[in-house]
Amino acid sequence: MILESGPALALPIGLPLLAGLVLPMVRRHPMPWLVAGFAFATLGSVIVLAVTVGHIGPVIHALGGWEPPLGIALRADGMAVLMLLLTAVVTTVCSLYAMWQGHETALGNRWFWGVWFFLWASLNALFLSGDVFNLYITLELLTVAGVILVTFGKPPAALVAGMRYLIAGLFGSMAYLLGVALIYGQAGTLDLALLTTAPPEGPAGVAAAALMTVGLLLKTALVPLHAWLPYAHASAPSPVSAVLSGLVVKGSFFILLILWTGPFSALFHQAAWQLMGILGAVAILWGSVQALRQERLKMLIAYSTVAQIGYLFLVPPLLMAGAAAIAWQAAQMQIMAHALAKAGFFLAAGNLLMATGRDDLAAIPGVRNSLKMSLLAMALSGVTLIGLPPSGGFAGKWLLLAASLETGQWWWIVVLGIGTALSAGYVFRAVAPTLRQDVDAEPHQPIDVRLQVLPLTLAVASILLGVFAVHPLDFGSIGGAFGAIPVGTGE
Amino acid sequence: MLEAIYGSLSPTWLLLSSFITGMAIFFLGERQVRARSVLNLTGAGIKALLTILMGFGIYQGYRFESRFELLPGLEVVLWADPLAFLFTSLSAFLWLLTTIYAIGYLEGSPNRSRFFGFFSLCVTASIGVALSGNLFTLLIFFELLTLATYPLVVHRGTPEVIRAGRLYLGYTLGGGIVLLIGTVWLQAMAGTTDFTPGGIFQAMGEERPGSLALTALFWTLIVGVGVKAALIPLHGWLPIAMVAPAPVSALLHAVAVVKAGAFGIIRIVHDVFGASLAMDLGVSVILAGWAGLTILFGSLVALGQNEIKKRLAYSTVSQLSYITLGVALLGPVAVVGGMVHLVHQGLMKITMFFCAGNLAETLGIHKVSEVDGVGRTMPWTMGAFTIAALGMIGLPPMAGFISKWYLATGGLEVGHGWVLAVLIASSVLNAGYFLPLVYRAWFRSPPDSDGGPARESATGLWMLLPPILTGAATLMVGLLAAMPGSPLDWSEFIVNSLYMFDLGPVNDNSGVR
Repeated sequence: MILESGPALALPIGLPLLAGLVLPMVRRHPMPWLVAGFAFATLGSVIVLAVTVGHIGPVIHALGGWEPPLGIALRADGMAVLMLLLTAVVTTVCSLYAMWQGHETALGNRWFWGVWFFLWASLNALFLSGDVFNLYITLELLTVAGVILVTFGKPPAALVAGMRYLIAGLFGSMAYLLGVALIYGQAGTLDLALLTTAPPEGPAGVAAAALMTVGLLLKTALVPLHAWLPYAHASAPSPVSAVLSGLVVKGSFFILLILWTGPFSALFHQAAWQLMGILGAVAILWGSVQALRQERLKMLIAYSTVAQIGYLFLVPPLLMAGAAAIAWQAAQMQIMAHALAKAGFFLAAGNLLMATGRDDLAAIPGVRNSLKMSLLAMALSGVTLIGLPPSGGFAGKWLLLAASLETGQWWWIVVLGIGTALSAGYVFRAVAPTLRQDVDAEPHQPIDVRLQVLPLTLAVASILLGVFAVHPLDFGSIGGAFGAIPVGTGE
Repeated sequence: MLEAIYGSLSPTWLLLSSFITGMAIFFLGERQVRARSVLNLTGAGIKALLTILMGFGIYQGYRFESRFELLPGLEVVLWADPLAFLFTSLSAFLWLLTTIYAIGYLEGSPNRSRFFGFFSLCVTASIGVALSGNLFTLLIFFELLTLATYPLVVHRGTPEVIRAGRLYLGYTLGGGIVLLIGTVWLQAMAGTTDFTPGGIFQAMGEERPGSLALTALFWTLIVGVGVKAALIPLHGWLPIAMVAPAPVSALLHAVAVVKAGAFGIIRIVHDVFGASLAMDLGVSVILAGWAGLTILFGSLVALGQNEIKKRLAYSTVSQLSYITLGVALLGPVAVVGGMVHLVHQGLMKITMFFCAGNLAETLGIHKVSEVDGVGRTMPWTMGAFTIAALGMIGLPPMAGFISKWYLATGGLEVGHGWVLAVLIASSVLNAGYFLPLVYRAWFRSPPDSDGGPARESATGLWMLLPPILTGAATLMVGLLAAMPGSPLDWSEFIVNSLYMFDLGPVNDNSGVR
């Protein structure tokens, strides 16, 4: 049963959008059913799209029948669908978590659910958009929704963190929009495919590209533009942190990759690509070292996100001829593995917070027997974050190493080695207290077993992703519109 | 009918027998002692049976293999060849015995389900290393071994134990990173990491990478596995890991971690590079020298240790490099000596660790200075220990003598007379740190002469039987070395059927069979 490409593409955006509009108007009683219903319906629509793309290849749909350059196109190839699936799985699990968490914030507040589904809708729209301005809209929605969701955390920290996130996000959006305007002025179109065949050039083109890049780097929190992230992700409610760290930052990175391998591929000198990699390396080292210094679990995890984002930025310099396919696979694997592992980690940390009222690392030994599943989830997520086999993180790391060797850029190998050692360090700090026997059990709130199963599911998924890696990677190569672009030929 | 059985036998089953057992045990409650013991012993028993079955098949020329694509173009390969069987059978047999020992040792301790769960995973990883068909698979199981052993090492859970565990992880993960880099590099250089008798690069001919790159790759790989193989100065984790409970020290130091390291060296030298390439590059001599240094260093430091387990740990550092030495010398007799020592050292060392555990648990003895007269109160334990100690020193007819004989003659055969000097020095040093212990136990009176052999019954059968069995095995394996099916026979079988030594006039199999 393959849907016509139009509805197949529109549903993953339309369903959560509808949910976002409807849910704030609903009473408390039917809320859980509606939340679950919309979540699974969206997941289902994404699966249908995946099956469609698997059968007939990449699909395109022009909204309202208007073809580009006038109209807006939605595009879905293998990689976009992988991102959609990832988003659907992680967000569904986090929705269930927020729902079952009940008393704290989520269930009572219809506005939370409205904004939550708006976030999901904008993520899906981001991955499906084929138009540069459309991407701006989705970025804006994403940021605003993210900021609002952060503020549902504990005041005053959450409010302050949300404010910083908002300011950083707005600066990023402004820069991006300015770039879009420059491009439109020069090229007369905003469609990605058309811009790739007739790329922007000259000073205006370079300025546009630089502005858009800086904006996206700010949103992806690449060092040194990362300052807003640790506080925002640590102060937000746990399911929100999970989605922000796992998915939202990947969205802007996704756009960056598409732009740099599409319209901007010929604009930049080789050095610019290497600069991305260097910033990524700094992010890995800086983020990991900061994570090692944290006493609070959620801050540790947030700085881990800063570090793991650095791994993503090792991909651009590796997108050279000969290794481009491997580098794309590395990007996909890293994005998916990190999202699953990080979400699992945050949800488990949320359990710790609920049980003891605090998320200090020192609180862990006291609850080691009652939170067994959550602590196991943290350990398994940690395995992926370090990159030990047979996890998804290992697959991503292997692919990055292979691409580095293939292109002769051996210096990334050193970075990857040090990064692995450092991440082992901070994961150890979070997981080792579990094995302490000399601390008495502390009184704590009991945690529902359903809330403990969810992070474990995500953590196990991140490991299984590595065991069965061939399948998503093969799927992700469908279309290859973002495939082996011969970049790095130097200018 | 046997053909049908062999046809359907897959190396994966060997792994699954302990993996499924481990997973199941994790879900058992603390008090379900009987269920846990049954699961443990059933799993161990099945694995032993499958191993024996596979052994018969391999002897008749069958080869068992299974493949699984992990990443596009990269396969996990499980491959049961005679060398794999050597390590697998050691692991399977000793796992059974250590499980029995551990059941007795941990009676009444907390977290037993967690312990035995990780115990089973540890053996799974160890056998995975044994059955690896390419370096990629070896890497994966190597790292899994690190992960699975860590909770066992820190089982006691005190802050000092956790600190020790951090160092353990630091060493082993560090080695793992180096091995990962080496493996990716090999894949890039050769297009494959499949183990090939004679070496991967042999078939490449003209396109072979340059000597400098190959030498760098060799040392990267050796350092990667060298942490687990306890080559100095990468050996530091071994004495630190002695904070683990006795069954863990026994398993780690006879079977799992250290043997995996030595096994890795064998595979790298003979199945990745091949004997002739190793000789051409000049790396094998250096590796042999490095092993020789480790042998002497380990024995020297062991002399100064008062704690029994630390003394055994440094002895392991030393003895393990016998394997490396034999393998690096490249002559057939030497390689036989190194491979057979893999089994022999396992048997002897595990006996000693079992006995050390018994002494600690029953009489609270942790130091050499405390063993006076123990031979009278715990005769069976000390009896087994004495046999193993004499074997380590190299007294016939114990297993250790066989290994040293082959190593010595092998060294002379390839023209490296210094090997004989190292072995003699090492035997003297071994005597220096084992004989005092044995002497004090048997020939001095205990500090307080209460209770005779009756004290030993307090140890319990679970903890007495395994060292007696392994001690007896040490003796038998030496006495019956000439019989078909002995570890020596099997090692010769490996060397004859797999390795072609292009070393000129040496290649006439003199001294073998």
